[in-house]
Amino acid sequence: MSVLLRPGAEAIASKGWWRANQWLLLRRAVQLGILSLFLLGPWLGIWIIKGNIASSLTLDVLPLSDPYLLTQSLFAGHWPETTVVIGAVIISVFYFLVGGRVYCGWICPVNMITDLAAWLRQRFNIKGGARFPRQSRYWILVMTLIGATISGSLLWELVNPVTLVYRGLIFGMGMVWLLLLALFLFDLLLSPRGWCTHLCPMGAFYSLLARYTPLRISAAGRERCNDCMDCYAVCPEPQVIPPALKGAEQGIGPVILGINCTNCARCIDVCSKDVFKFSSRFSNPTQSSSNTFKQSEVLS
Amino acid sequence: MGKSNNKVDQYRRRFLIRAAGQACGAALLGVGLITFSRQAHTLPATAIRPPGALAEQDFLGACVRCGLCVRDCPYDTLKLAELGETVTTGTPYFTARDIPCEMCEDIPCVVACPTGALDKGLTNIDDARMGLAALVDQENCLNYLGLRCDVCYRVCPLINKAISLEPQHNLRTGKHTFFIPVVHSDACTGCGMCERACVLPEAAIKILPQRLAKGAPGQHYRLGWEEKQKAGGSLVTPDTEHKYNLPEGYQYDYEGRGLIKEDKNTQTPFADNPLDTLNKRQEQKQ
Repeated sequence: MSVLLRPGAEAIASKGWWRANQWLLLRRAVQLGILSLFLLGPWLGIWIIKGNIASSLTLDVLPLSDPYLLTQSLFAGHWPETTVVIGAVIISVFYFLVGGRVYCGWICPVNMITDLAAWLRQRFNIKGGARFPRQSRYWILVMTLIGATISGSLLWELVNPVTLVYRGLIFGMGMVWLLLLALFLFDLLLSPRGWCTHLCPMGAFYSLLARYTPLRISAAGRERCNDCMDCYAVCPEPQVIPPALKGAEQGIGPVILGINCTNCARCIDVCSKDVFKFSSRFSNPTQSSSNTFKQSEVLS
Repeated sequence: MGKSNNKVDQYRRRFLIRAAGQACGAALLGVGLITFSRQAHTLPATAIRPPGALAEQDFLGACVRCGLCVRDCPYDTLKLAELGETVTTGTPYFTARDIPCEMCEDIPCVVACPTGALDKGLTNIDDARMGLAALVDQENCLNYLGLRCDVCYRVCPLINKAISLEPQHNLRTGKHTFFIPVVHSDACTGCGMCERACVLPEAAIKILPQRLAKGAPGQHYRLGWEEKQKAGGSLVTPDTEHKYNLPEGYQYDYEGRGLIKEDKNTQTPFADNPLDTLNKRQEQKQ
């Protein structure tokens, strides 16, 4: 029956609209909130944060820098100043703690566009399209770093939609709108969830920070699962779910350990049986270390 | 090959082909990007990097396009290139004709740079070399026409060091002086004040990248007069003093004073009456 309904409809019926969307709303609030902090300066003259997500200075003391951009710079052959290194270390430690791809789900502005495309695909039942292997992003990541060395520059920053959009909103869009439109149409019509979860090397880079991340989502109530498939329908990286949700018989613990889980918590929202909750990677009672390896390795 | 191995082999084969396909796809994308970058990285001559910027190729590998230098520029000189502009996307630059660099003493843009793309070693703004002013249009420059415009010279923050006015005789009128603005590359920072101030509708003096504005002497070239001074004497021997064929008691200063009578009391060899001179010669012969 639930197949006919939109994903999350059951959850709305059982938990109410607010509780069935609370994490999504919180996530959008964080995405837009951080963007607003950046925009307060140029728009209203309130300088809490200067710069953009590539590198910024908060309250004139706290430097934050993107570790992927720093890595590109290192590969391009530049020996950086300490400021950018400190900033990148702070950011790396943060994403190590909360999950690398939290960057994708909770910060990255492109996520809102590709989520919209994915939602529209479901809403208007758009099927098919090109499917790239999910590992492609790692090859592209390698390419951007080798390319940085060959060209001696931050090669990917010529086209990186994430930094282009952020910088564009703060410093002037130029033709970034066109790029966004292309990306939206790409995800909507050409390749389902094509960009963020198959091709984007920035997401791939951040996923590598999540190898031992403590904060994880757990299918703690997996025995209550009624196979409605709503979590799969909303998950941008649905390959991370099955081992945790269905692995009880193989002795795999309920914690989702796939490094590409963005901790977006949409699965918590849409589950009418309250199967999922935020947890830690250490709360896997039945799990042995070999399983940890298996799950995160195979399903990255 | 046993039948039991067949399945494993096929799996391995498929895996390898898939991986190779992805790698090739990424590599193709990379080749395209690098080709594109060759064009995207050509900096237009009118786009000037902030003070302390590393050489362009190093700069593109160091700058993370964060815009902190732009934020700390008190005069809104700097901006980040937007996507679609001819300057590499996201990198800071300024256009001298619009807003030149005011050469702040504390160089806030360099201080703000987190990566060192703007070199922290630059502590004295006079040492900045953002570009080099070049008086490119000698046909329309008012000073070259014999007028006293002098605006580029007057606005230069390093007046008389980076730009000086060199007097030259105006052959057209025969009685006036040209005051030719001359840029000195050992002092010019490329701030762009002169270009913005030029009164012509299109500036006659422009900030250009060093590579465009400056020639280079051959490495083996030596300027004789400088070498001579360094050595304390001529390097070409023998350096015999030039002798002018002059009347007795006279010198010739070729650097400007011309014919000099050595002693004012000495009689001139040329008397007022030419006959006297002839008679004197006659007397000497006898």
